[in-house]
Amino acid sequence: MNLIGAIEEGFKKELTDFNVGDTVKVYIKVVEGDKERIQPFQGVVIARKGSGARETFMMRKISFGVGVEKIFPVFSPNINKIEVIKRGSVRRAKLYYIRAKKGKAAKIKEKEFST
Amino acid sequence: MTGILGRKLGMTQVFDENGRLWPVTVVEAGPCGVLQIKTKENDGYESVKVGFEEVKKEKRANRPTRGICKKAGLNPCRIMKEFPMGDLKVGEMVTVEKFQKGDVITVTGISKGKGFQGVMKRHNYAGGPKSHGSTFYRAPGSIGASSFPSRVWKNKGMPGHMGSERVSVKNLKVIDVRVDQNLLLILGAVPGAKGTYLEIKKES
Repeated sequence: MNLIGAIEEGFKKELTDFNVGDTVKVYIKVVEGDKERIQPFQGVVIARKGSGARETFMMRKISFGVGVEKIFPVFSPNINKIEVIKRGSVRRAKLYYIRAKKGKAAKIKEKEFST
Repeated sequence: MTGILGRKLGMTQVFDENGRLWPVTVVEAGPCGVLQIKTKENDGYESVKVGFEEVKKEKRANRPTRGICKKAGLNPCRIMKEFPMGDLKVGEMVTVEKFQKGDVITVTGISKGKGFQGVMKRHNYAGGPKSHGSTFYRAPGSIGASSFPSRVWKNKGMPGHMGSERVSVKNLKVIDVRVDQNLLLILGAVPGAKGTYLEIKKES
């Protein structure tokens, strides 16, 4: 009788499959006053942490020359949709090294699919 | 006042309706059978004795417990506590339905044992510098003045056994109540390890 596991399981929902290195677009629900709107955030997934319903992922993008990072719970009810734009081919589970890279060096190779 | 007995199951995180993530302690609370009503005339004070967690075999409860439970017409329980509650009858059940989302509660339990600890951990003393030739690392230092008082003051913090004591945490908030599973989700941490018995009290 694992009651805590059951509570966590209750927050799980169907999820788009994405991995570290992928470029994804996250549609976030934003509440301003009494209005609610959807705000997209596009960037590279540089880390996934935790397991089960408590898993989070970290995204990074360069916005007007400034690096911006956001961390979301994977099963957050505030995430409307996750869209994978590009599949990246990486050899690390955590891409913290791209913080120190600029321009072309910060680019992630796209995954090649064999049909 | 409303009181209930429970058992700490552990901690997790839950989302609220706004999508915010809260750290919660999951407590299996009740159902607690009312075993005895103490009255001013009979016992000199008013209170209600409740029991929690039925024992699997009757012989595992001691004879006084068995006697009290038999009198109330309930199965023998593992722990019993008294709360000053009103409007209850012997044989009734106190369940988590008495609690609601947003209630402010006090939780009492036995804290985790830390063993024999020094003054830095036990009483938050500062200790000494770790480097620059210091040999005074985690010692308590001076424990008082000289000719007056010529002794150490009472309650002076010293090394010794830490933890495994009764601790209450006030002003905790109930985040969610799951009646069908007898669960209370309480915001933040409560005393003790997983499996610790807890007293949960609510004013009014």
